[in-house]
Amino acid sequence: MAYLEGKNLVASYGVVPILHECSVEVEKGELAVIVGPNGAGKSTVMRVLLGMLDATSGSVTLDGKDISMLSTQDRISHGLAFVPQTKNVFPSMTVEENLQMGGFIRQDDINKTIEEVYALFPILYDKRKQLAEQLSGGQRQQVAFGRAMMTKPSIMLLDEPTAGVSPIVMDEIFSNILDVRNAGMAVLMVEQNAQQALKIADKGYVLVSGRNEHTGTGKELINNPEVRKKFLGG
Amino acid sequence: MTSESIDIINAFALLTNFVLLPALSYGSQLALGALAVTLVYSVLRFSNFAQADSMAFGTMIVILLSSFMIGKGWTISGIPTALLAVPIAIVGTSIYLLSMDRLVYQHYRKIKAKSITIVMASIGVMFITGGIVRFILSAKAQKFADGERFIFSVREFKTYTGLEQGIALKTSQFLTITIALILVAFVFYFLQKTRTGKAMRAFSDNKELALLSGINPDKVVQITWLLVAVLTTIAGTLYGLDKGFAPQQYHLLLLPIFASVIVGGIGSPVGAIAGAFLISFSEVLLTYAYKKFLIYLLPLSMHPSSLVQLIGTEYKYAISFVILVVVLLIKPTGLFRGKVIVDD
Repeated sequence: MAYLEGKNLVASYGVVPILHECSVEVEKGELAVIVGPNGAGKSTVMRVLLGMLDATSGSVTLDGKDISMLSTQDRISHGLAFVPQTKNVFPSMTVEENLQMGGFIRQDDINKTIEEVYALFPILYDKRKQLAEQLSGGQRQQVAFGRAMMTKPSIMLLDEPTAGVSPIVMDEIFSNILDVRNAGMAVLMVEQNAQQALKIADKGYVLVSGRNEHTGTGKELINNPEVRKKFLGG
Repeated sequence: MTSESIDIINAFALLTNFVLLPALSYGSQLALGALAVTLVYSVLRFSNFAQADSMAFGTMIVILLSSFMIGKGWTISGIPTALLAVPIAIVGTSIYLLSMDRLVYQHYRKIKAKSITIVMASIGVMFITGGIVRFILSAKAQKFADGERFIFSVREFKTYTGLEQGIALKTSQFLTITIALILVAFVFYFLQKTRTGKAMRAFSDNKELALLSGINPDKVVQITWLLVAVLTTIAGTLYGLDKGFAPQQYHLLLLPIFASVIVGGIGSPVGAIAGAFLISFSEVLLTYAYKKFLIYLLPLSMHPSSLVQLIGTEYKYAISFVILVVVLLIKPTGLFRGKVIVDD
């Protein structure tokens, strides 16, 4: 059984069905990517895994334990962390305060984890007294990652981390994501830039209309002619 | 009388007595009220129309308690008994505000009502609160200050300095300015340095992310109302010690308080305080009669015969209103760029 597993998830917004028996899983030290056209339910999968949206059926298990019934906050204290696509920092707070808020639920000393985040993203140490709203897009994304890492999560969920950034910043963000994975975390991300994301992914899911259309390693999906034609632009 | 010569020292002693000290204390009272409005706006995302009447509510508890304490002889000489009653009144006001939150505002948060809907609800709370105060204390004006009236009086000041023009420092003014300073410092320390204060700011900055970080929204809301209760009760009591208590007069404070918040930049605590002093100094400076001041400064031939009052005191509320309109037209974000609520 995989570390985080969403199995046969069915979900809807009101009466509009979004997910139809959709399944995803990710292991520790593995980067899994969910790609697919707009409205395929990619972000919805994340929301269900996090408990921000209730699934009508299906289950979410973490390390073999069923967490389907837990609230978002409980899931976070169980090791899940989430970096939303937009509004993923506290803009009028300093970098350091952002990290402190990330570790809000922890009762133990969080300073060591803050040091670890600074070690991973050295620029944040230099900017620690600056307000998050004054940082560049790439730096702000690092704050967002750092904030999510403050709970010492075992799995990170990222919702379109490269949306709306320049290609250079995109490379920077992808390399940050690989750093996070190499640190032993499980990473599951939803991505619009399918081609680049699948290149670095260990595993990929192509979602269409809330169903698993294709599943495989990143390389397999890139080399799959049907996936190439339909989703990667030839 | 040395009025043949120009007398700058006496002119400014006069201004200190009739403009500087009153405006500083009135500004401090407004600042505390404005800070409360800003806190509610930032965390609960609505403009609290019930603020001024809540100040009357807090003051009402102080009046009831202090008259009881005076009856029992539980007083300390020199200190207004009202001040001793404030801690208990804060508890009472907290209970009242938290109950109103439970009875009214919580529902609108749950159904994710638009900010304007909650504003309308707060107008309802305003009428109820004002009604309760009038029901219990009547609508009549009353004074509840006891103890020493002055830190130093005009006569003491004159004997000490030998100046013709005296300055009096009223106990209420002294208390207002010092207590407001301490309280504002406390609120800023709380918001900037403590874990709970930072959680409040985080919640105000990005609610969704605050929830994802494990910040408990109910606790943030409760702490906010507690802070508001402290500010509200103290602001109301200080205003009442200074100017006496009348429900209608308190109700009308809503305009200068809102003007302060908007002039300063809504949602910005520093702005609320700056705005409060801007409003208070404008009110006092524009309604003061400068005749005597000019007599001190000008040669005899130029002495004014009129009062040289720019605006009659009965129009003082219009001043807040005009400043409010001008700011909204020219710089709607205020002096310190505040944040504007966008319904999601």
